[in-house]
Amino acid sequence: MADPLLRVENLVRRFGGILATDNLSLDVIPGELHAIIGPNGAGKTTLISQLTGQLMPNSGTIVFGGRDVTGLPSYERSRLGLARSFQITSLLPNFTAADNVALAAQAHDGHSFRFWGNARKEKPLRAAAQAALTRVGLGARADVPVSELSHGEQRELELAVALATKPQLLLLDEPMAGLGVTESARMVALLKELRKEVTIVLVEHDMEAVFALADRITVLVYGRVIASGDPDAIRHNDEVKRAYLGDQHVVVAHG
Amino acid sequence: MKLQINTSNVVVALVAAGLVVLPLYSQLTGNIFILTLFTRIIIFALAAASLNLIMGYGGMMSFGHAAYLGIGGYAVGILAHEGIGSGFIQWPVALAVSALYALVIGALSLRTRGVYFIMITLAFAQMAYYIASGMSRYGGDDGLTIYKRSSFGGLIDLSNRVQFYYLCLGCLFGGIYLIWRIINSRFGLVVQGIRSNEQRMQAIGYHANRYRLVCFVISGTICGLAGALLANNTDFISPAGMYWTRSGELMVMVVFGGMGSLFGPVIGTIFFLLLEELLSQFTEYWALIMGPLLLLIVLFARGGIMGLLGRFNRG
Amino acid sequence: MVLVEQSLNGLQFGLLLFLLAAGLTLVFGIMDFVNLAHGSLYMMGAYFAATFTAWTGSFILGVLLALGATLLLGIALEFVALRHLYGRDHLDQVLATFGLILFFNDAVRLIWGPAGLALPLPAWLTVPVQIIPGVYYPAYRLSIIIVALAVAALLYVVVMRTRIGMLIRAGASNREMIGALGINIKLLFTLVFGLGAALAGLAGLMQAPILTVQIGMGENILILAFVIIVIGGIGSIRGAFLAAIFVGMIDTLGRAFLPDLLRMVLSSAAASTAAPALSSMLIYLLMAIVLVVRPEGLFPAAKR
Repeated sequence: MADPLLRVENLVRRFGGILATDNLSLDVIPGELHAIIGPNGAGKTTLISQLTGQLMPNSGTIVFGGRDVTGLPSYERSRLGLARSFQITSLLPNFTAADNVALAAQAHDGHSFRFWGNARKEKPLRAAAQAALTRVGLGARADVPVSELSHGEQRELELAVALATKPQLLLLDEPMAGLGVTESARMVALLKELRKEVTIVLVEHDMEAVFALADRITVLVYGRVIASGDPDAIRHNDEVKRAYLGDQHVVVAHG
Repeated sequence: MKLQINTSNVVVALVAAGLVVLPLYSQLTGNIFILTLFTRIIIFALAAASLNLIMGYGGMMSFGHAAYLGIGGYAVGILAHEGIGSGFIQWPVALAVSALYALVIGALSLRTRGVYFIMITLAFAQMAYYIASGMSRYGGDDGLTIYKRSSFGGLIDLSNRVQFYYLCLGCLFGGIYLIWRIINSRFGLVVQGIRSNEQRMQAIGYHANRYRLVCFVISGTICGLAGALLANNTDFISPAGMYWTRSGELMVMVVFGGMGSLFGPVIGTIFFLLLEELLSQFTEYWALIMGPLLLLIVLFARGGIMGLLGRFNRG
Repeated sequence: MVLVEQSLNGLQFGLLLFLLAAGLTLVFGIMDFVNLAHGSLYMMGAYFAATFTAWTGSFILGVLLALGATLLLGIALEFVALRHLYGRDHLDQVLATFGLILFFNDAVRLIWGPAGLALPLPAWLTVPVQIIPGVYYPAYRLSIIIVALAVAALLYVVVMRTRIGMLIRAGASNREMIGALGINIKLLFTLVFGLGAALAGLAGLMQAPILTVQIGMGENILILAFVIIVIGGIGSIRGAFLAAIFVGMIDTLGRAFLPDLLRMVLSSAAASTAAPALSSMLIYLLMAIVLVVRPEGLFPAAKR
């Protein structure tokens, strides 16, 4: 087995008296699509935020590409090739789709202390933005302000922004949230394509999508890993079934 | 930028043209007062434009911008007092000290956000005010008279009203051009992105505060230039000129004109200072009217004059 | 013992600052509202006290009337103008209340004239009191300390122990919740604002006999109150109290002793030049240090 691209060891994060991340360890191997599932409140977004540096853990370590990044702020992790999409769409609403993506490309093209030239006329940045937009199917919507894009398009734009940072690891926080059936299907198709190029950690509620896409699945409950393995193993894991008793139990079983 | 013919652009073009031909009008009619008034307006417009850079584009609500007017002014005044009359020394010093002050204050203030940023910039500007009041060698509370305006060899004579007016106007247009280049540059887009969504910008790899701080320093430096001009205009500099109400007035000028609009601060400053002039001719208690008017504008006319013109355009 | 006396002066100034800062944090905490005109209410308290004392001929009566008048003024101000600004941008609030400052300053100039007023003390408050053997302290300053401490204690009891206080604390941490409890938020906000106004007025009128009553007196002290809130920690009354005492002490002791201290290291002339500037800078230096070390303030309110 190859060295893990991302290694999380004994991560702990408390909010007041609540343990949101409870001694969590996790490996992500290069090239895999690693899904993280768990009931609401399992601490999935908290985990992603610690991985990207928006939130600092109380203890534990995060090693990315052989480097300890536990104490690094998010902008430095982004520079190392860690990108995320947000569960609640988080874009620059008064900018166009192309501007959003171009800014991401610009962030990884040296520093931005350039005060004179018109950045919107820089061909390489615009081309990179257009490529990422086309990649997610938004090629024709480049000059539309984000506030005028549909919810589905904004989810796709989130992905394009993440891609434009040329990540080694893509952390996707519920990319399917709030999407309709057709939009979800498009997103799944898109993720199927992307996983060929980049390692992905996927947090998702849509079990059908998870089981269709994932190489490995980690199940979180109350901030703890209760199971980790390939989709088949997870499907037949008793503890997972117990955690998911109720409506989602059915989905897991039929997937 | 494609130039469109719409109401706001027409107004801006007319105002700019009006400012250019104003000395001609003043010469023809012998109305010197209007030239003096507009020299003052133009200097404040430059200060307001610099504030707009951080408020309108950078999302940093600085309540301490008058400090730079004071620092730029004192740099000129103190050097003149010590016998260094050359503008080639005075003005670079004014800019450098303003930039340095902005760097220190910005680095500290940017550790906070929102209201606390407003409070802290206000508090530090007040500190600068007290320092100026304490400089007994340079007049303390009473201020410092500048007996000789900055000299630029034979290049330009600042004591000549018209020449000084055009110098100020050149600085204003130059400043606005600079700000225009900045807001469309890589740096400018990053700063506006941070204003729009800081977390997103951090996540794609930007060290938000570093960009904010540089923007803060640029703004302070431009305002320091306005301070150097103002000191030359009044031949006098005193702590009163950097009192916190002055910072408030600068904010009002920006908001009157329309935050985040390139030419808005100029329109806002013209409106504010002309109104002040008008009201004070009419009554000694002009703030009695200006104060509630400000309240009403905040309540009912967000977006300022440029915003209204924009609405007029669409409607 | 100059040190004892100056320390008491510092304590007294700190307590006044606390009264002002408490109203400011209270209003900010519960209504998310920045009120620059808070300093104007401080000024109005002083002007009212001077006027009513002159009318009635009684200091106590004048002070009580002034307190009521400031309370009413605060409530009226909230009712007419400020309630329309809740939920707006902080910048809007800052600008609108800046407009109110301009208005109040000129209104005062129109009514009372540009010259300041004096608020003379009754004879029984001017006598020095022996606090410890050999050390005398003006009775009036001592009574400020006592009154302010009593008000601070009362405030603590109201906020921590009563139903209104519970609502105030609940409102500060979760605005929707009080609405869900079926409380008349508008009324609660008006009451809190009135309370803040009365505290500011009280601070102003107590300060009035020591300094002159003049236009703009509220502005410098308002900025000090801001500094206190920043140092003390956001939304914390306890932090405001401790920071206020701290700032009051440093400001007073700095002004009293810094010139002599500087003379030990500098020439006399240099010291007398540097001392006033340095002592007025001390507080801001303190704020800068706090910002570097603990940007969230020394005693931040519990994390929500």
